[in-house]
Amino acid sequence: MQKLMINGQEHDLDVADDMPLLWVLRDVMGLTGTKYGCGIAQCGVCTVHLDGQAVRSCVLPVSAVAGRKVTTIEAVGEQAVGQAVQKAWLDHEVVQCGYCQSGQIMSAVALLQEHPKANDEQIVNAMSGNLCRCATYTRIRAAIKSVSQA
Amino acid sequence: MNVFNTALGLVAGLLASTVYASDTPAMSKGEYLTRAADCVACHVVPGGKPYAGGLEFKLPFGSLYSPNITPDKETGIGNWTDDEFVDALQKGVGKDGKHYYPAFPYTSYTQMSREDILAIKGYLFSLEPVKQMPPENKISFPFNQRWGMMFWNAIFASNERFVPDSKQSAEWNRGAYLVQGPGHCGECHTPRNIFQAMSTGNSLAGAELGNWMAYNISSDAKYGIGAWPDDAIVSYLSKGYAAGFGGAGGPMGDAVEHSLRYLDPADLKAIAVYLKSTPARSEGIPRPSMAVNDSALQKGLGQKLFNDTCVACHQIDGSGRQSPAGGLAGLKTVNDPKGRNVMATLLEGHTPTAAQVDQRMPDFARSYSDAELAAVSTFVLRRFGQSDGEVKAEDVAKNRASALH
Amino acid sequence: MSESQTPAAMLSRRGLLKGSALLGGLVIGTYLPASVTRSFAADLVKGASLGDNAEQGYGAFVRIDHSGAVTLISPKIEMGQGVQTGIAMMVAEELEVPLSQITITEAPPNAALYTDALLSFQATGGSTSTRYSWEPLRKAGAGARIVLIQAAAMRWKVAPSQCHAENGRVIGPNGQSAGYGELVDAAAKLPLPTEIPLKAVSEFKLLGKPVQRLDTPNKVNGTAKFTIDLQVPGMLIASTLTCPVHGGTLRGVKNEDAARKVPGVRDIVRLNNAVAVTASNFWSCQQALKALDIDWDLGPHAGLNSAQLDKSLFDASAGDGVFAHQSGDIAGALKNASSRFEAIYEQPFLSHSPLEPMTCVAHVRADACELWVGCQAPGMAQAGAAKVCGMPVEKVVIHNQLIGGGFGRRLESDFIFQAVDIARQLSYPIKLIWSREEDMTHDRYRPHYVDRLNAALDKDLRPVGWEHRIAGASVVAAYIGALPADGVDGDAVEVAKDPIYTLPNLQVRYIRHDPEVIPVSWWRGVGPLRSTYAIECFIDELAHNAKVDPVKYRLALMQSQPRAQAVLTKAAQLVEWDKPLPAGSGRGVAVTAVFGSFVATIVELEKQGEKGLRIKRLVTVIDCGFATNPTSVASQMEGGTLFGLSAALFNEILIEKGQVQQTNFHEYRQIRMSDAPPVEVHIVDSVETPGGVGETGAVPAAAALVNAVYAATGVRERRLPLSRFGYFTV
Repeated sequence: MQKLMINGQEHDLDVADDMPLLWVLRDVMGLTGTKYGCGIAQCGVCTVHLDGQAVRSCVLPVSAVAGRKVTTIEAVGEQAVGQAVQKAWLDHEVVQCGYCQSGQIMSAVALLQEHPKANDEQIVNAMSGNLCRCATYTRIRAAIKSVSQA
Repeated sequence: MNVFNTALGLVAGLLASTVYASDTPAMSKGEYLTRAADCVACHVVPGGKPYAGGLEFKLPFGSLYSPNITPDKETGIGNWTDDEFVDALQKGVGKDGKHYYPAFPYTSYTQMSREDILAIKGYLFSLEPVKQMPPENKISFPFNQRWGMMFWNAIFASNERFVPDSKQSAEWNRGAYLVQGPGHCGECHTPRNIFQAMSTGNSLAGAELGNWMAYNISSDAKYGIGAWPDDAIVSYLSKGYAAGFGGAGGPMGDAVEHSLRYLDPADLKAIAVYLKSTPARSEGIPRPSMAVNDSALQKGLGQKLFNDTCVACHQIDGSGRQSPAGGLAGLKTVNDPKGRNVMATLLEGHTPTAAQVDQRMPDFARSYSDAELAAVSTFVLRRFGQSDGEVKAEDVAKNRASALH
Repeated sequence: MSESQTPAAMLSRRGLLKGSALLGGLVIGTYLPASVTRSFAADLVKGASLGDNAEQGYGAFVRIDHSGAVTLISPKIEMGQGVQTGIAMMVAEELEVPLSQITITEAPPNAALYTDALLSFQATGGSTSTRYSWEPLRKAGAGARIVLIQAAAMRWKVAPSQCHAENGRVIGPNGQSAGYGELVDAAAKLPLPTEIPLKAVSEFKLLGKPVQRLDTPNKVNGTAKFTIDLQVPGMLIASTLTCPVHGGTLRGVKNEDAARKVPGVRDIVRLNNAVAVTASNFWSCQQALKALDIDWDLGPHAGLNSAQLDKSLFDASAGDGVFAHQSGDIAGALKNASSRFEAIYEQPFLSHSPLEPMTCVAHVRADACELWVGCQAPGMAQAGAAKVCGMPVEKVVIHNQLIGGGFGRRLESDFIFQAVDIARQLSYPIKLIWSREEDMTHDRYRPHYVDRLNAALDKDLRPVGWEHRIAGASVVAAYIGALPADGVDGDAVEVAKDPIYTLPNLQVRYIRHDPEVIPVSWWRGVGPLRSTYAIECFIDELAHNAKVDPVKYRLALMQSQPRAQAVLTKAAQLVEWDKPLPAGSGRGVAVTAVFGSFVATIVELEKQGEKGLRIKRLVTVIDCGFATNPTSVASQMEGGTLFGLSAALFNEILIEKGQVQQTNFHEYRQIRMSDAPPVEVHIVDSVETPGGVGETGAVPAAAALVNAVYAATGVRERRLPLSRFGYFTV
């Protein structure tokens, strides 16, 4: 039995200890905003927040998050920074296919929570773990910058 | 959550309660010892049938192939008598009277009692026979003259059983037996002399093993494992890592995967107790402090690559925020001035099948250049270690070309 | 309902574009071919565009209900290219409704209604969406507006010319006003207008303005559903392990008990070349697949490797193949040449690797096969699925979905057929999800190509004769089963046989050489990308050979191509091409005309150390005619440029022992934010007919990169990717 705190709600889930958080979110809880891309922490589409920091849920056994706060794309808009980033994403028309954008947004929000005035270098450092096959990087940079300079 | 999700959750839940790992029946003594001796580590090829052998050992003087030790009468050991099997493990002499090369650790197995050895035989003979002939050994002259091993054995192999030390606790004695006998730890962790024999005066002081470094595991607090709490050692041996102390990669990762994780926690604790009583050897790579070096953070290829592909698990502070298994700070690996295990892990990855997802790491050999892997290795050494280490592109090229197996 | 798509009727994406023998009659010059008119007619003949929710009132493109809500039935799938918003803008512009009043739904497979005349089948690809939709979709909106106005005029007993439409309402001469919803029943009974005039560009209120896409709000908050996110009642997850050796089959499965002990596992299903496991979750599927002891028959290709494939293609490329184009006298030109210049270019097998792996929800019941899947070619998926489950085509229902990256991969239906094959053996619906490893090792790959170019040069070292041999697998043949009678793959030779340069003596030969067993398919940029790479590298080499500035050298040969000249000139101006860079830095350019658009891209980079490349600037100038939604055009060019660079820098699929060696992104790395600067896009202001942009950005990137490497280092690489030679980004 895993006691999880997801998006502010407590859940008792009877899932195997070693099941990655990603699949608990997607296939057990139906929170499909967090995506699967590689399963080896190389693409970042599965990024969620663990106690406010960006982590890759595909390589995170659910037992490792017991008692810690998990936030997913479905709830990140409840935070001021999350809302600002989502708006910036639309204002800058970042999205193409959109599949990686949940992960991109989660990484961007974690960055801006830690460094509200993130500079170009910090943006690149924080975002380079997130792949986008549509290669929307030009607009991701612009969107994050618009928030960090606001 | 909709009805369907709830139903899914229930199904997953119901099935999860029958945990499949614990389904395994209690292990027989023979199987336990076979695990402890890690026979399968050498007697299998990747993707092959366990114990059917065929693994190539590239040694300085040629290639050896591990034999088939399944009970197949033609290609395996199905025709072996008890005495023949005991002689193989205690004296390094095969059924045909030929001497083994000490790639086969009979120099350690000789410590095992006849009873324990026969328990192993019993287990091996309970397995399904596999018909598979290993390739011929390719050893260059004079090393292909096996009779020469007689002299080597006379000097370096003791052919003596383990004798408990009555002044020590039962736990200590159990640990000593496991380390010196079936566990054959010294085969990798004790430096070898010019005759390829374990150096007795320098036991467990650490040694190079192909692209890998088997660290000093003597009781020395700085260079060995003397400062590791017992439970850190147990965690390392059973899970493959001990946050802030060490992570088992390469051949040691295999040892955990195939052998150590199957041992009773009490036996692992006994190993810890024994290792911490061994003579301290002050050589090799000292443990680094947990401090990270911010001056290493400057624009550069190494940091770029670390941010691209490593930081998601290891984190820029080396804390492995993702999970303790991803922690880099405090590991000897980041303090090796030559960065051997950093390089080897990048080239070979870390993908034991039993490891949890947070312990797995893909290899980066195929799509990253020598210069890139050297740069990221150097960044890791400078950022998390204090040895001012450096890995050069030539080092990566050399290690890329050679591999232990 | 549908006229099913037989393979013979499914024509290549572009093979027919220029009037190939198979289709006959479809010439690119005739902008609105017969089938478009037909599909538009089908729309209005039924009174369809105005109907309510009743099934028979379902319009081909536009439906208006009693509340006035407009549904656009999009013949094009959204995969990030912004096309559905673009089409909605076309309808909204002519229908006079706010964009927000339009809801988009995916068109079902229906060849009669949704065949793309440029592709000759129902599909999304080839950068045809805007080009194809431009007239029929605007006409669908305008036609509906005309009958709505007529209906209102009849109600108010005034002349239609006294009324006008705005904002979803018809306004009468005395201030009368009626919402579209109130008028649809009357309008649906009216005969169709025979003439449907369209607005002039100067009258556009919406088209041509940067408009926020309609599909994006749900993609920033996690609520957008891709195929992988769908949940159907009673559904389980399925995942497969396919024989790692291409062409191998399944012999048997052992150790099923261990697999069944994995929590949540339901069934183990045997397929011809794969094993599938169904479970309550994907993780359990993977654990169970790992637990199985699978016995593969590796088949006849277990010894295949890249070295053999390379050699056999390289050898074949020296052959004569078939003529794809001949003009002038190449033999004479070569004979009389003052000098010659030869070069061979190679481009590797590539995987698509969209971030959403192949996924399909399938439910096969006794009476029907229902599929929920994001696919670029629903008609082909439907026809093939019908065969797999042994049902008539009309029993296969496809609900098309958002696509998490296509790049050509989802023009293929192999994974859909596999899902059907699994589902037909089970009583419940499944969601087949391929692991990344399955996706990468069982992709259908962009072929490995060899281009041999040979130029006859005059005294000034300018080309007067140009011989181009193109060798590689035929994607057209792989896709539709055969090549036209002339043996030419129209996709492979596009651009090469119609270059922007004036070449009086031009000969293009096509040498079809299919790789043993390795499946091939369309990949973003398709044939034009391959041709552009070879031609633009070659012309750059010729310029350097002549010691003439590469921009000036090109411009002199492009006299008959004013739009191509204009994009090249503009790009050069933007980077201040004439200002020299310090030693170790260089700029590379490529220019081409593809998919009805003209594009020039310049890469500026600096050499760092021996093989390090720091990309400093990326500029691309696009003339795509009238830019329907400039924001989408810019996005496509930014992304396309980096997409092209990613492959040129890093990507190559290699085969050993019949197995693809690249399994995941650690072995098939992709460009990251740290690898390249932002892309600067300049869109040429134009009122010409819209051209394509989805593939266009990717096309010139590789050549511009390789040319820049030469400019910075003096080393000319002809084979991709650059990482093959140790280059990396800094």
